[in-house]
Amino acid sequence: MSAPHRTPLSQVRGLGAARSGTSHFWQQRVTSVALISLSIAFVIIVLLLLGRTHAGVIQILGSPIVAILMLLFIFTTAYHMWLGMQEIIIDYIHDDWMKLMLLMTNTFFCCAVGLACTFAILKLSFTV
Amino acid sequence: MTEAKTSAPRARPLSPHLQIYKPMLTMMMSIAHRITGATLYFGMIVLAWWLISAAVGPNAYANVEWFMGSIVGRFILFGYTWALTHHMLGGIRHLIWDLGHGFGAQEREWLAAATIVGSVGLTIALWTVGYFVMGGPR
Repeated sequence: MSAPHRTPLSQVRGLGAARSGTSHFWQQRVTSVALISLSIAFVIIVLLLLGRTHAGVIQILGSPIVAILMLLFIFTTAYHMWLGMQEIIIDYIHDDWMKLMLLMTNTFFCCAVGLACTFAILKLSFTV
Repeated sequence: MTEAKTSAPRARPLSPHLQIYKPMLTMMMSIAHRITGATLYFGMIVLAWWLISAAVGPNAYANVEWFMGSIVGRFILFGYTWALTHHMLGGIRHLIWDLGHGFGAQEREWLAAATIVGSVGLTIALWTVGYFVMGGPR
């Protein structure tokens, strides 16, 4: 940490070259801890819905507790997968333009999938 | 400095790459964690499709049900189940490491084996439950 090219201020801040320190690592861990219980909830919800008619499915998906658990699962997953795919892209894609394009596509994809799932759950919640 | 001007660029030693190493269980688990993560990433399209169809109406939902009941659909769902359980157990393994435990030679191997056995076992267990939820043997 005593590299001569680092200013005293940057050493005190300790955020490194990406200016974000360990936040990527930490957010990946926080979302993964949350996803342990949320994934179990998600799997149980899917098992509850197996073999039901459309009317039965939307009634369960639109009920408050199930909808809230699904929304938590969706938000946390969208963020977790955004972080994870970002790491994969940075590791394997070395061409600057390609990397930039894929990093943006990753953001667009995660936002779109997250919003689509969220919208569906909210629509079911407020129309049932 | 004079050497740099006169001689051609020297072949520098490269860091050893994946194909150099003998495949090991822990290494395979690391690769599998990434692949299952990427699989789950694209699997979210299926979840979005399912939820949107449910929100759109009975006809759209019937299409999803038909596809999920087909051989291809079931294969995707089975793969998704395994990817989810494997990535989850692999993630728990990483959290154990983050806390500073499980780095011993035997512990590493044990954790890797437990991830495989656990994920395959959980996948079979979930599909068995699902089979009976769907009505079991008829």
